[in-house]
Amino acid sequence: MYKYDAIDRALVDERVEEFRDQVSRRLSGELSEDQFKPLRLMNGVYLQLHAYMLRVAIPYGVLSAKQLRALADIARRYDRGYGHFTTRQNIQFNWPSLIDIPEILERLADVEMHAIQTSGNCIRNTTMDPFAGAAADEVEDPRPWCELIRQWSTLHPEFTYLPRKFKIAVTGAPSDRAAIRAHDIGLRVVRNDEGETGFEVFAGGGLGRTPRIGVKLTDFVDGRDLLAYLTSILRVYNLAGRRDNLYKARIKILVESMGADAFRDEVEATFAQLRGGVHLTPREEIDRIRSFFPPPLAPANDVAEGSAPSRPGFNRWLLRNVAAHKVNGLASAIISLKPIGGSPGDATADQMDAVAALAEKYAGGEIRVTKEQNLVLPHVPRGYLPKLYDALFDIGLATPNAGEATDIVSCPGLDYCNLANARSIPVAQAISHRLSADGLSDQAGDLTIKISGCINACGHHHIADIGLLGVDKRGEEHYQLTLGGSGTEDAAIGQIVGPGLSGENVPEAVARVVAAYLELRISASEKFSQTLRRTGSEPFKEAVYAH
Amino acid sequence: MMVITANRLNDGRVVYRAESGAWTRALEEAQRFADEVAACSALKSAEADAGAAVGPYLIETDEGAPSGKKIVRETIRLSGPSAGTTKLSVQDANHV
Repeated sequence: MYKYDAIDRALVDERVEEFRDQVSRRLSGELSEDQFKPLRLMNGVYLQLHAYMLRVAIPYGVLSAKQLRALADIARRYDRGYGHFTTRQNIQFNWPSLIDIPEILERLADVEMHAIQTSGNCIRNTTMDPFAGAAADEVEDPRPWCELIRQWSTLHPEFTYLPRKFKIAVTGAPSDRAAIRAHDIGLRVVRNDEGETGFEVFAGGGLGRTPRIGVKLTDFVDGRDLLAYLTSILRVYNLAGRRDNLYKARIKILVESMGADAFRDEVEATFAQLRGGVHLTPREEIDRIRSFFPPPLAPANDVAEGSAPSRPGFNRWLLRNVAAHKVNGLASAIISLKPIGGSPGDATADQMDAVAALAEKYAGGEIRVTKEQNLVLPHVPRGYLPKLYDALFDIGLATPNAGEATDIVSCPGLDYCNLANARSIPVAQAISHRLSADGLSDQAGDLTIKISGCINACGHHHIADIGLLGVDKRGEEHYQLTLGGSGTEDAAIGQIVGPGLSGENVPEAVARVVAAYLELRISASEKFSQTLRRTGSEPFKEAVYAH
Repeated sequence: MMVITANRLNDGRVVYRAESGAWTRALEEAQRFADEVAACSALKSAEADAGAAVGPYLIETDEGAPSGKKIVRETIRLSGPSAGTTKLSVQDANHV
């Protein structure tokens, strides 16, 4: 884990005191809401339907046990005993009082966390492969590069007032578990023929109102020049991106309007000017940051053989929730925050405390948050898996459904969010119940369902096998169904099937689509997207409307 | 009928404007307006009195409950999230 230096510490502490003063002035009436709103948003404080919401950055989705305990403590002291892990690998607290938020930020600062740049038209928290440093297929651990990006982008003076928000995703493996082509910039770690680390770079991806898949800008940028290349992309965007229309201000619109080739030419011309000098990251600095992320060690012999689990369902969990590790004898364990009928991404304070303790006991004290709204213990000796499973079972976190249809991604929707047009969580809960009731989810295996309560697409519905978008149809909640989206290396935007469905018809319609897939697929290894490509959408469309 | 609603400044909770000009958590204590002109006039007063509540606006009600095009949203604001949070039994949660 990266540790704050004196600059990081001073910056965060100063921001806490600054915001404490701003809150005080707002409560006294010295600041109006119009004056205060941009200040609170700079500190991750939104005003939602029922209360203020505090969005806390979890840097590239990496948490220590101590940090997770601090989040549990905040949930218990200042919220309603739970937190909501988001599709951007952050956590949101839905019920804090404004008067308590400076104190919450102080507690976060104590564990080297903050809420800076979790809102506003700036560079947001970097998305990262949650299996970084662990994945068997990894070229290189991307965590040091994400940390480099974090340090570079934090309060970067040139990029504090961009045309719109800006999101960067990084994967260290050929398999894309960070949805790099659905981000403003996507980076994939590669090595050149000389064995030097660099990046394949994509830009212009994004979801929301105008979903686009990012285009490739270059096959290789040397790691030492990464910041120069990122600066070049952002500078072109900052200068040429539209500021006159909120809905046309993201980089994807600029890339599309200029054309990918012209945009690339502009970036390359800027890069030619910037390369080297202050934008060059010295090897020593890269090595210094790398030293914070030592590779995991093979487990000691005495944990190589595990005891038998005493709780039921271990083999199913092993199949669904355990991923291969690059180090022999280790595995990565996915802790599903998708209990059947639960609220996707929610964890209670007690569960967070328990996961922190398990991470310390069995996994070297590190936890990851995934964009699928689950948690991962990245480095677990395989011999500990039965004990870990038993412990997770006892706290209600052993649902064996990672990557399955019931592992539903969902934004908070109209139950919490001021922007939403329709509810997401109850729909997710109903679908989850429906697909688990007769084993459809188990039979289908890998299949993604994602739900957004509005066109802003926080639920990432565009990149799901089955996507659902909530819309307001003359005062009633309706859901538009899309099929064939993907956020992986075969990135694609899902296509709308047809007219929207009323909420009560959604679970059965989704169940019919899953059943159609099971009937149409050639074998259990043919994925949903492959079946859809082979058969076309017609049989699925018939399934959606067959009632 | 129309009612003025907002979020309370210090904790963001949903509030409604009473006839006295005070903000109340109870919809039944809110001042109701049958007349749009009177409602808009009261809304202007509420906007000017920004010390206790944030972002006042008018909602439609019928027999003391939210109604109209924003019925779902305003019912959720009144009653709280319609979705359960995380309160499942361990057995239900694990689903084994």
